[in-house]
Amino acid sequence: MSSTIAVPLPSAAPSRGRWRRLWRRIGFAFAVIVIVSPAILVFLWMLSLSLKNEIDNLAYPPVFIPDPATFKNYVQVFTENSMGLYFWNSVVVSGGATLIALLVGVPAGYGIARLQAHRLTVLILIARMTPALSYLIPLYAVFQFLGLNNTLTALVVTHLVITVPIIVYIMAGYFETLPRELEEAALIDGGSAWTLFRYVALPLARPGIVVGTILAFIFSWNNFVFGAVLAGRATRTLPAAVYNVLTFEQLAWGPLAAAAIIVTLPVLILTVFIQKEIVAGLTHGGVKGA
Amino acid sequence: MTNAATHPPSSAFFARRRRNYRRFVIPALVVVGAVIVFPWLFTVYMSALDWKIGTTAHFVGFDNYIKLATNQRFIESIGHTFYFTLLAVVIPLVLGTIAALIFHREFPFRGLMRTIFTMPMMATPVAVALVWTMMFHPQQGVLNYLLSLVGLPPSLWVYSPTLVIPSLVLVEIWHWTPLVMLIVLGGLAALPVEPYESARLDGASEWQLFRFITLPLVMPFLIVAAVIRTIDAVKAFDTIYVISQGGPGTASETINLYLYLQAFAFYNIGNASAVVVVFFAIILALALLLLHVRQRAQWAVAA
Repeated sequence: MSSTIAVPLPSAAPSRGRWRRLWRRIGFAFAVIVIVSPAILVFLWMLSLSLKNEIDNLAYPPVFIPDPATFKNYVQVFTENSMGLYFWNSVVVSGGATLIALLVGVPAGYGIARLQAHRLTVLILIARMTPALSYLIPLYAVFQFLGLNNTLTALVVTHLVITVPIIVYIMAGYFETLPRELEEAALIDGGSAWTLFRYVALPLARPGIVVGTILAFIFSWNNFVFGAVLAGRATRTLPAAVYNVLTFEQLAWGPLAAAAIIVTLPVLILTVFIQKEIVAGLTHGGVKGA
Repeated sequence: MTNAATHPPSSAFFARRRRNYRRFVIPALVVVGAVIVFPWLFTVYMSALDWKIGTTAHFVGFDNYIKLATNQRFIESIGHTFYFTLLAVVIPLVLGTIAALIFHREFPFRGLMRTIFTMPMMATPVAVALVWTMMFHPQQGVLNYLLSLVGLPPSLWVYSPTLVIPSLVLVEIWHWTPLVMLIVLGGLAALPVEPYESARLDGASEWQLFRFITLPLVMPFLIVAAVIRTIDAVKAFDTIYVISQGGPGTASETINLYLYLQAFAFYNIGNASAVVVVFFAIILALALLLLHVRQRAQWAVAA
């Protein structure tokens, strides 16, 4: 780790060098601010819009700091636009799809790691490359035939397209890093393959499971198009509801921004809490991916 | 993988138990078969049908594909897709590399700054797209106000046929530069120290260190980032659909948007399925092209 930001030591060096170092530090701090500010400013603007009344939201020049701040946009989206129902739909759909994916995906990841069946991960890569709409068209036709369109069941099944590959992929990678010696030791004590998985590998894989679960949940939560196409009025997931209800049926910036915050906040909180793991999971997965 | 080389008995030992391990994979294979593989095959079948939802299907062979080949709107959508993808891959790669070089250094609050910088990557695309829609608004939007602060004339942003794709790319850059940064940062963390020390002794400048040591060594990571970015940019949907719906006119209608309209506005399932097959072939070709570049790059580094 070579670092140019060193603690300035009192030295006999000529003050010109010290000035140069100071300028470089200021320049570097400026660069950090420049690259970080677009990220934070968009979120702050979102927050500002959600806390202002409509007159201030449409004012020009824009009002940046809400004065006085109002929560009436948030109250409105919950009372008039049934945001609570859509939030619950999203929890059911993303939670259900993630749970099913864990049930089938964690053992599969283990099996793939122990079988060294790398061809199966190629399948998952191709799945990653396929546009989401191409799953939606055939599944839509099938759900139409079964009379399942507009139901949460159809949405949970469709969201498996997102959650299963990511969990299998992360778990296969994780189980490969676990030492086999522990399982072999248990095997000598007379354990079956299931016992090895259940009592040796699974407890060790908990960190991998946490990362896989959170990533699968986030990707499912963020999905828009499945809900937009398959859901009925009462079964919309949050992203679909925000788009349909608030932009087509009424166009008001305050409630729209409030709803956008309600959709994104759970994801941002999840991300912040497990920052290091998500970074490791995504970069590792990415590098292994190609 | 290394286990096989260092512990041959262990590998043979596990090989004897392969049959037991297969059972672990079967439930997932059933699910993947039902929701992933079946749709693939069914799509190829449907692409040979003349079928609108609610009507009876007729088998028409390659008719849908032949019609696509002469469909001006579809061909234009391929052009829009490539234009969007080129910008949405190259710019995040450059900015992400610069950001990675910055975050590779130690500075106060680095962890906090990195968390803030990576927040856009996880944010719900639709929510973000709605906020950008408001920011792009030509009269009340905050972006035109910011332009006026630095003395620039207001822009039409997504309401202009020529600016709509660059404006959408701006959202894409904001959203996905962090992913490139993280991948490159992973590459920088794995760099050896020795080449830098000897190059410094030889009096190399910072730029030379970057150009002749850092860049070649992180090239494999850059290629990985380029592959992932390309796949995602070609498939971009939420942002474009929410902000411009492919408009104005068809100025920002990418393949994915055209596909959506065919399938879920006109319920023209046969035609849409043919679009899916062509679309997938394009994505596959792009990914293979980039992997080919990677192999050449690795060969160049080795030589």
